[in-house]
Amino acid sequence: MTRPQLDRRDFLRLGLVAGPVSLAAACGWDGGTAIEPRLRAFSRVNDWVGEHILQSNNRLAREYPVSQRTRDFPQYFVTRPQAPVPASEPWSLEVGGAVRKPVRLTMEMIQQLPRVTYTLKHHCVEGWTAIGTWTGVPLSSVLAMVEPTEKGRYLRLDSFDRDPGGRQYYNGWDLKSAMHPQTILAYAFNDQPLRAERGAPLRLYSPVKLGYKLTKYLTRITLTTDRPGGYWEDVGYPWLGGV
Amino acid sequence: MDRENQAAHPDVTASDFSRGDVTHTAVESAEPPAVVPAGRPAVKRHHWLVRLCHWANAILLVGMIASGLQIYNAYQRFGPRDMRYMVLNPVKLLHGTPSAPEWARLGGWLAGGLNWHFTLAWPFVLTGLLYLAYLALSGEWRSLLFRPRDIIPAAQMQLYYLRLRKAHPAQGKHNALQKAAYTSIVVVGALAVLSGFAIYKPVQLSWLTTLFGGYEYARYWHFVAVWVFVAFTILHVVLVFVVDPASLRAMITGWYRGRFPSHD
Repeated sequence: MTRPQLDRRDFLRLGLVAGPVSLAAACGWDGGTAIEPRLRAFSRVNDWVGEHILQSNNRLAREYPVSQRTRDFPQYFVTRPQAPVPASEPWSLEVGGAVRKPVRLTMEMIQQLPRVTYTLKHHCVEGWTAIGTWTGVPLSSVLAMVEPTEKGRYLRLDSFDRDPGGRQYYNGWDLKSAMHPQTILAYAFNDQPLRAERGAPLRLYSPVKLGYKLTKYLTRITLTTDRPGGYWEDVGYPWLGGV
Repeated sequence: MDRENQAAHPDVTASDFSRGDVTHTAVESAEPPAVVPAGRPAVKRHHWLVRLCHWANAILLVGMIASGLQIYNAYQRFGPRDMRYMVLNPVKLLHGTPSAPEWARLGGWLAGGLNWHFTLAWPFVLTGLLYLAYLALSGEWRSLLFRPRDIIPAAQMQLYYLRLRKAHPAQGKHNALQKAAYTSIVVVGALAVLSGFAIYKPVQLSWLTTLFGGYEYARYWHFVAVWVFVAFTILHVVLVFVVDPASLRAMITGWYRGRFPSHD
């Protein structure tokens, strides 16, 4: 008994399917100049969904008991070989841009503002997590102080952390995540004043973003109309970085 | 119903189902597809929507797994930072090291892998939903969904494959083991998508992440789904060629001229 099986045309069709697959799978392909920019552009769709559909500022991240802190909470900065220190003393934080009342805050002023302390889980884009305790002032309090105008839709956070190539570490944030009640300007970690390796004197912390969005070694916060980039975001990491 | 189908095709006999009969049939492959061989009418088997979703899914799954392995490579362990879950890692078993080989990765680096993964995820989920919607609306789900009444036929089918039973059990479009496989792979697909969301937004979707046992375990279950897909695909392709090669053409052209022509 005979039975119809594959003919040449079927194999051609199979080839049409297999071709793009093997091409795309060819050794760690980022999409090349034709597709990679499109993938990055599409990432903006995910940013929009992440910010407007999946995220709510009424949703607080779960807090953990202090006993669950991670022992070797990783440190990260781009300055080499050692952690950066502020160039000019005394350090202060400039908050300006599209705001009605720009301010320059000293550490003393920042520490006098109402503080929050929480112990929560940190999510790194690499896939690991760590639990730590952070103390600082809610960014929303500082923003209430400077009164952003309608034109202030994004935040640009600058730092004095520079890689050996001279690129400064900075981030761009959406206003919504900045206003989340657990987004803080932190000056203490695990009940101790922030050390240089952790972003001293002041760093951004928030449980609603991945670690690379949390600017350390802060110098300036600028409210902007256009979406600022970021150190990792400019080279292809998702801009929102929301969890 | 199954009996009736077999009776309607008297040329399908028990000997027809024996293994030796399957392989040698190159004679007819030169014929154009429109020609129906004597005694074996072509039956329309797969709607174009099903074929589209099937092949799109095959390509997208390769892309999702390869970009997923690129992401996995940024942290090749499971568990929180200062703890290591002692879980089975197929990459380590197959490759010797926990690092996924370059040929199996897509994206070049972590950001590239993320961008591929989060882009392909859309058509992956959408074709999955389209496929399920088609099954639900067309009634085709009846020939695919594994139900309690399929348990005994599945056992009989297993005995046949183990050569402990001589006669091929009667079947409709799919045998009971196929139903089990095609039903469970849809469930695994849904779990892969849900565990993906659980590690994509562990704070915003914390209820979902908690259902998977927390972020670290959700990440592991997402990884396990990969190996279920890989094992399924290998078995699926092997069985197509060994048991019913005509089903490959049916998934390409829609027309089936193999030895299981019933369409219950």
